[in-house]
Amino acid sequence: MADKKYDVIIIGAGVVGSMVARFLSRYKLDILLIEKESDIGMGASSANTAIVHAGYDPKPGSLKAEMNVLGNQMFDQLAGELNFSFERRGDYVVAIGPEELGKLETLRQQGLANGVPGMVMLDGADVRRREPNINLEVSGALWASTGGICDPFSVVIAAAESAVVNGVTLLTDTAFQDFIMEEKRIVGIKTNRGDFRSRWVVNSAGLYSDVVMHKAGLRPEFKITPRKGEYYVFDKAEITINNVLFPVPSATSKGILVTTTIHGNTIIGPNALEIEDKEDRSVTPEGLNEIWQGAIKLVPSLSLRYAIAEFAGLRPGGNAPSPNPNIHYNKDFIIEIPKEVDGLVNLGGIESPGASSSPAIAVRVIELLKDAGEKLEEKPDWNPIRRARPRFRDMLPTEQKLLIENDPSYGRIICRCENVTEGEIVAEIHAPIPARTYDAIKRRTWLGTGRCQGGFDTPRVVEILARELGVSPLEISKKGKGSEFLVRPTKDKEAE
Amino acid sequence: MTQEHRKFICITCPRGCALDVTMEGEAVVKVEGNSCKRGIDYVMGELKDPRRMVTTTVRVTGGVHPLAPVYTESPIPKPRIFDLLAVIRKVELKAPVKVGDVVIENALGTGINILASRNIPAKSEAS
Amino acid sequence: MLKEKYDVIVIGAGPAGLAAAIEAKKTGAQDVLVIERAQELGGILQQCIHNGFGLQIFKKDMPGPAYAQHFIDELAGLHIDTLLDAMALNVTSERHVYATSRWSGFVELDTRALVLAMGCRERTRAQIALPGTRPAGVYTAGTAQRFVNIEGFMPGKRFVILGSGDIGMIMARRLTFEGAKVERVLEIMPFLTGLTRNYVQCLMDYDIPLQLHHTVKRIIGNDRVEAIESVQIDKQRQPIPGTEETIPCDTLLLSVGLIPENELSRKAGVSLDPVTGGPFVDEKMQTSVPGIFAAGNVVHVYDLVDWVTQAGLLCGRNAAQYAITERKNHGRRVKMKAGDNVRYVVPHVLDKESLAESAQRLQMRVTLPIEEPVWVEVMNGEERVTRKAELYVRPGEMVNIDIPQSAYDAVQRASELSVRVVRR
Repeated sequence: MADKKYDVIIIGAGVVGSMVARFLSRYKLDILLIEKESDIGMGASSANTAIVHAGYDPKPGSLKAEMNVLGNQMFDQLAGELNFSFERRGDYVVAIGPEELGKLETLRQQGLANGVPGMVMLDGADVRRREPNINLEVSGALWASTGGICDPFSVVIAAAESAVVNGVTLLTDTAFQDFIMEEKRIVGIKTNRGDFRSRWVVNSAGLYSDVVMHKAGLRPEFKITPRKGEYYVFDKAEITINNVLFPVPSATSKGILVTTTIHGNTIIGPNALEIEDKEDRSVTPEGLNEIWQGAIKLVPSLSLRYAIAEFAGLRPGGNAPSPNPNIHYNKDFIIEIPKEVDGLVNLGGIESPGASSSPAIAVRVIELLKDAGEKLEEKPDWNPIRRARPRFRDMLPTEQKLLIENDPSYGRIICRCENVTEGEIVAEIHAPIPARTYDAIKRRTWLGTGRCQGGFDTPRVVEILARELGVSPLEISKKGKGSEFLVRPTKDKEAE
Repeated sequence: MTQEHRKFICITCPRGCALDVTMEGEAVVKVEGNSCKRGIDYVMGELKDPRRMVTTTVRVTGGVHPLAPVYTESPIPKPRIFDLLAVIRKVELKAPVKVGDVVIENALGTGINILASRNIPAKSEAS
Repeated sequence: MLKEKYDVIVIGAGPAGLAAAIEAKKTGAQDVLVIERAQELGGILQQCIHNGFGLQIFKKDMPGPAYAQHFIDELAGLHIDTLLDAMALNVTSERHVYATSRWSGFVELDTRALVLAMGCRERTRAQIALPGTRPAGVYTAGTAQRFVNIEGFMPGKRFVILGSGDIGMIMARRLTFEGAKVERVLEIMPFLTGLTRNYVQCLMDYDIPLQLHHTVKRIIGNDRVEAIESVQIDKQRQPIPGTEETIPCDTLLLSVGLIPENELSRKAGVSLDPVTGGPFVDEKMQTSVPGIFAAGNVVHVYDLVDWVTQAGLLCGRNAAQYAITERKNHGRRVKMKAGDNVRYVVPHVLDKESLAESAQRLQMRVTLPIEEPVWVEVMNGEERVTRKAELYVRPGEMVNIDIPQSAYDAVQRASELSVRVVRR
């Protein structure tokens, strides 16, 4: 592997890196996708609001706006090809009280400038009909009907799997350390697992995209400042919200949402706190209180009694000026092949609407490569379809019966709250991108996310992982080395 | 002779009276805080010969589970608890194990047996 | 071999379910089934290896597994069916049960009486919104107990326990016995929430400090717990600034309450009491849905297993009696079916014994008009039970026919009667 020369190395297997890998896998290229964590999608892609944004929010003329609207349009076909769950339910920006109505029109105009189709203004009565639990002071809403919801991790795994099945090599636990340069040309990268040679490198390192580009001497003034957003998740048996509800936005963020998710739970959040530590995903009482205060403005009847989980995500917020010289905007995406070095596709600061933009970013990367002289020859056997694995709880009783008859391990329920079966867990352990930790299985199957938060399933998952991977249960971890569940056998002779 | 105070919580009944025992050397001068006579009995027991029931597990080979729970047939002297645990740690049973099986006879010479509190069937070839 | 229809199905083979199944069978229910999600009977008792069970019922101080074994043995002697390693997926208010297991596959079962005995789950870290990171090493006490006592692994070396409930205190002693260090037990309330005897024999005996009025301010550590920041709280349950203490440890155990597990109850349409978290029940332990009973921790959280057994016995007895009555009544009911040219018949169901008292009137409407003389006939298959002549029939006009008392014997033979209209 160390001697092999790749055509493209992609740094970072989040939603952007995985999408780029998937689209590039169509061409006759040797592609290596590296990821520093033990699993793909553990960075910004792992914890967000799971919205495919309509695109009215980014500043008109910005790269964010362009990529958002283009990306959004691609999701129907992509969801069909890659078989991840996706629903276009629309985004609602809700005005509470008559003073907020004017801001809706501003947003709508912004959306029109961005080329967002299907926006409709609703009056308060309409909104109350569609969302019975909404604050009764609702005066109206902007309904951007192209907004969608999805399972964000399933987009990452679907794209990455499609890439791997089409020939891309994926290496996890592999961290970029430096570029190998000959004069101004990048000819490879150094990692903790050795050196790799390549003609092109794609920087899709998310929270660390600044660190990577600085290693090539690029954009020294560019800095990623993580912006932490906290969330509450509610019990779907107790709280039902039908739609994606935004408040009227503020200067710093889209605001604190109350939204349904593709799994049927309601989540609220995120706030936006700038922090220094790129690994700080702690939830705080202040952050949780902030999102709670924001949420009850939209849906006063929420109750914290029914919160079943909290989590925090980090947005890779950049400070790059927009490539569009006509607008004054300092937090735009970086999507470029820089002139200062040869052989780099530089993607930086891909925060929200990052996931929504990711397919469009992938297409843009291909265009940039073509413009740079790459002759991209299509593979005749490229398969755009990635088949989904069966999800027991989404199936009808007759389908469940057949599934169990074919493979009895689908008859054994491991996660009681979400009805996830042993068959599904085993399938993910042996999938093209194998799940080898508890969290990896959780991201793929949704196990452990319900009321008991893993209380019932954890010992069983540890047992299954140990059995299928052929290792001792002592080696099974929550999210990679250093997070093992168990320390020693109970009857350890040395423990006196 | 100097007096010292020792505190106990009586557990004979759920009331849990907080007892204050005044000692002069080894002699009990006074017991305060008890609501009934049983409190005094409890404290005398704790001073002279405190005993505890001990429950733990032992390793099992060839069984459907790697451990079998065990217990002391009657309370053993409190100061010997960790010695007993060390002895139990060395034991390895062969499945099948049945409730009531004597795992260790006359543990540490106390005259008290350690018994199994669960059936652990042998692992069959078919499983 | 599983049957399609049971007299009593019990969901959960913990102490409540075992007692209910045993008593149901002894009361006279013919076909009794227990569905259990673990691979063996006994429920949570199998991991409760400490003693303190059976003091009331058996006048003996037994460890949990031994207590369970008593009932497991009794159940085995009574020819009660068991379905293990099986999850009940859904239960309807008509007592149709859907379950799945590796060994039997997907099964659909009917039962005359249902006993819900699913017990409790533990309150989670998320439900108390514990701030901090999400490293490995945060467990509810029960999950840790399972690892230590059943799987045979220690989840950590240095522990802090949040909550002075019994499970937390029992685990403090258990972990100490297995060579771990329990640094602290923190309790947010100003009082002990578990039994005093456990405080003495689990914490005091081993010099494990208990701090009342204290809680965890946040969890520290990225991949694995590295420390707990504790804090003292005031009378309004607010943290007192300056009282924070960082306690190094690698595991946090949560013993912060039990919640009756009623998801299946909800699916069955059973009304739940928001205060207990369990179903509303009457003195028979019957829920708001006829024929569905509940017993044990699924109803409300008990303190002694002996009382759970008692509740299970009571529940099993009543469930069995309900099933026995259903069996008797079923034979007494005959369904009415709409036959040729009849759109519907009311009543839908007839108690055969009612003919002993008086004739029974059936009312119907026809599908199509027949402007000729017709017979309205009540049939038991090919056998005619009674008939009536009409000059014509029209959909706009209701038609009725009386089943005379003289037809008593004919109706006794039937399980289903159909009504039809034919030309004379």
